[in-house]
Order: sequence, then C-alpha cells, then structure tokens
Amino acid sequence: MARAAVPGGLRVRRTWRPATLVDRRIETPSARTLVLEVEGWAGHLPGQHVDVRLTAEDGYQTSRSYSLAAPADGARLELTVQRTAGGEVSPFLADELAPGDQVEVRGPLGGWFVWRPEEVGPVLLVAGGSGVVPLMAMVRARAGVSRAPFRLVYSVRAPEDRIYAPELRRRAQEDGGLDVAYVYTRAAPEDDPRPAGRIRAEDLVAHGWPPDFEPTCYVCGPTPFVEAVAGLLVAQGHPSDRIRTERFGGVS
Amino acid sequence: MVMQSGGGAEYDGNLLSGPLADVFAVEVTTAVARCGGCGLSSVVAELAVYGPDPGLVARCPGCADVLLRLVRTPDSVWLDLSGTSTLRVPIPESERPDLAQT
Amino acid sequence: MNVITRGFHGRRQGDDERVPPGQYLTGDFPVLSAGPTPLVPLEDWTFTVRTETDQTHEWSWAELSSLPTETIDVDIHCVTGWSKLDTEWRGVSLDTLLEDVETAADFALVRSYGGYTTNLPLEDLLDRQAWVAIGYDGDELAPEHGGPARLLVPHLYFWKSAKWVSGIDLIVQDEPGFWEQLGYHDYGDPWREQRYQGD
Repeated sequence: MARAAVPGGLRVRRTWRPATLVDRRIETPSARTLVLEVEGWAGHLPGQHVDVRLTAEDGYQTSRSYSLAAPADGARLELTVQRTAGGEVSPFLADELAPGDQVEVRGPLGGWFVWRPEEVGPVLLVAGGSGVVPLMAMVRARAGVSRAPFRLVYSVRAPEDRIYAPELRRRAQEDGGLDVAYVYTRAAPEDDPRPAGRIRAEDLVAHGWPPDFEPTCYVCGPTPFVEAVAGLLVAQGHPSDRIRTERFGGVS
Repeated sequence: MVMQSGGGAEYDGNLLSGPLADVFAVEVTTAVARCGGCGLSSVVAELAVYGPDPGLVARCPGCADVLLRLVRTPDSVWLDLSGTSTLRVPIPESERPDLAQT
Repeated sequence: MNVITRGFHGRRQGDDERVPPGQYLTGDFPVLSAGPTPLVPLEDWTFTVRTETDQTHEWSWAELSSLPTETIDVDIHCVTGWSKLDTEWRGVSLDTLLEDVETAADFALVRSYGGYTTNLPLEDLLDRQAWVAIGYDGDELAPEHGGPARLLVPHLYFWKSAKWVSGIDLIVQDEPGFWEQLGYHDYGDPWREQRYQGD
C-alpha cells in the first residue's frame, strides 16, 4: 500500500519560521487554543507537532514542543496549550500572547505518531488530559474524508477539564463512525454509572476495539498514563506494533 | 545489585524530532535503532527519553543503556550515537528507485 | 534575524549579588535526570576512591555513616539557569575521605550508580569545598535528589555534584564525564559562566 508522503516529503523542516497569532480560543479554565499563521507552511499530517521558540528582548531563548491540534489548513496552525502552574512558557502562551504577536515555529515534526487518512482500518485513540490534542487533529482530519471507524477514550480528572467537549459531542453525532467515551479519574458526573477512578481494562473493553478488529491504537498523555494504557492494551491482546504512543512528561 | 525504580523517562523519542532536524536532513524518529548493549531494535520514537535539560538522553526501552545523547550549545549541536550500533532510516517513498524501470 | 516575542521575559534574574550571571532564583528544587533513579540497598552500597595506581579505599554505608559529618549551608547553581540559595546539607567532607589517600593525580572522575560521570580538578574536592552528602534540609537525602548519597561541590555548576555517587577515580589526565563529553565545560565556574566547552 502506497503511503502518502508527508507534505514536502519526510525531509524535516529545520527552519525556524515566524508565526503570527491571529486568533485564540478558550477551551477550559486552563487550556487555550492558539491559531497561528506561518508563511510558507507546507502542511502536516495529523499527530505531528511543532517546536515553538520564544526570544526575549535581551536575547534569551527557550523552546517547547506542542502537538498540532488541527489538520493542515494552508498557512494556519492550531495549538492547544495547557497552562501549567509556575511554567515558564505555557502561562505566557495561554494568557499573554496577543493577536499580532509573533513566535517562531519549526516543523512539522514527527513521523511515527501520525495517522494518514488513507488508512482504512479501525482506530482507537486513548487520551490522558492534554494528550487529546494530537488525537483531536486525527478526529478533525477524518471528518468528511475517511470512513475508518474511530473510538476515542478520553481520560480527564473532571468534566470541566475536557478540552473540545462541545465539538466532540457534535462530531460524535454528525461525523458518522466516531464514538467518544470519557473516563473521569477524580470527579464523575452524578449520572455517570462509572465511579471516578483511573482507567482500567474494563474501560478499554467497553469503549475500545476488540483485538481481532486489528485497530491501530494511538495513546497520548503523561508518561504514567501512557505506560499503564499500553500495558492494558497489550494484556488485552493488541499487538505492540499496532500501538503508537506519545509521552509528554508530567505526572498523571 | 542496583535496581532501577519503576517508570522513569518523562518523554519518548518523538521529542527528538526537532533537535535532530539540526543534524539530519530526514526525519529520524521513524528510524529503527539497534541498542549496542542488548541488541534490541526499537523505533527511535519509542525510546525512553530524559531531558531536555541539561541535554537529551535516549535510552533503550529494554536495558536502559544510553543510545543517543544530544546537547545544543550556542554554536553547536553535540550528538553522541555511540550507544547505537545501527540506525536504519527509511528512505522517503518519493526518493526510492523506481523498480519498474529496471 | 530573530523574531522577538513581545512581552516574553523568561525567568532572568537581575542584580542579587549572590546570583551568578545568567541565573534566576527558584524556590523549588528542580529534579533533572539523565536516566532512571537507581535504587541501591544500603547493605550493598559502597563508596570507592581509586587512585591512579589502582589502590582502592572503600567505605560501606555503615562505615561512611560513622564518619564525622557536618552541616553545610550553601547556594547552588544549575547550568540550566536556576539558583537556589541557603540550601542545607549534611555530609562527610572529602577532606576526611581523602585524608589517607596517596596520590599524585591532579584530576578526578566522579562515578555514580547508573553510569553517570563528571570530571573536575582534584584540588576542587579539597579544602572544605566538597562533601559526600547524605542529608538535605534536615532529612535523609531523597532518591530523586541523589539519595542515599551524592557529591556536593557547590562552588561549581550543580551537574558536577553527582547524584547517587558511587566513587571517585583519581586520574593523571583529565577525562570528560557524561555531560562534558557532550559539550559542557570541564571546570564549570558559575561566576565566570563556564557552561560549555570553550566558554
């Protein structure tokens, strides 16, 4: 099966490009989506990320990696930033960066944790907290383009921490072939039959795919979450070469 | 005997994509790296990665030996791959020879 | 040409005379690591000084713990930018440990459980400049901060204060350790901002 080339080939874009903030959205009390315009952007695949670099007036520089939240759309990129208390960069991006301001981005980066819309097999997406961001790019890329059956299992502390909740509800109704299930770890809604607690094997059995459906599984979130879920999937019978993971640090 | 505490690496090899772009012309995180210590082959994206400060350290998911170290100084990228015995980097489709012509 | 991000300051610190150039003050104690935290049962723990003639001096945990310790109050400076003032440690002075060691070596390669190494001149381990630290802030030294024992050499950048220290090789020719091999400075004086080779 021919695989679509990453736009621009798999040659990694090493160049730092100016990126201008054109819009921002509130997702949750701690998460913001930033819409950037990057001149010369050649596109990207869902699941890829960019490095974002900030330079202060005195020349001090620092950079962080952020997953792209939306599929390729000309020169526009979307990042969803979760503010971490005491962080050097995330509070600045979430709260201070204003439309018209510029940062630099490098990418698209990463060729392993990607989903290509030509892939027809079922897909299981398992998200821990802000690990939902690259998976949302896959959900958004699928709409109207692919009939691959998608199941998203999204683990968050409490309902107010769900990023993209209204859009996911709409897509589960309208996109066809997309199922979304939430696992609450600290506080579940009153009418939820599942008591709050960490993701368990039963949750993946109830809301995932049986191994004989041969899904490709994408798991993204804090490292302890990713390791736990990967272990559950393997124990369930999913072969490890069908499980792709992206860990981004932090505690679950 | 030194045991290692459970878990460990905060990141995985996906984090190496940007820094390695300063050194390699192709995406390396999809490459397969063979550990010089235990011989396990892993996709670079799935290596256990520590850092990014003071540097990136990628370890074998099997034996925890160091496969790759990378430090960015103001004027250089320092890269140590001595723990990797082989690296198999996929050639992009568009650059593969067209066998129909042979 | 760099793009400047309006309003971004980073965490640079101004003028406190106790803060070396390019550093900022932190109230936390950040944990940076190059690998998994080693877990060494105390009954198996040893600290070994090996000279350039392969003579070894070894201490078990019991032996180290019976040596005189002191309380050390120092500022520490990490090459990644943070500085932490008035940190309190308890440890055994390297002067005590090296007292009976005969050597003509000028350099030291410090070794840790887990394989980490770092190098520095031997004279920087002497004269009340270095300790094997077994306590921090009134408690036992936690594993994430290098426990049961780490080297403490506060006048140099903190990557020289090797966590999970297992011994020191005294060597005639300087040999770069884990980070020095990858571009970090062989000496590492925060007051001269010796972060990288060639600084």
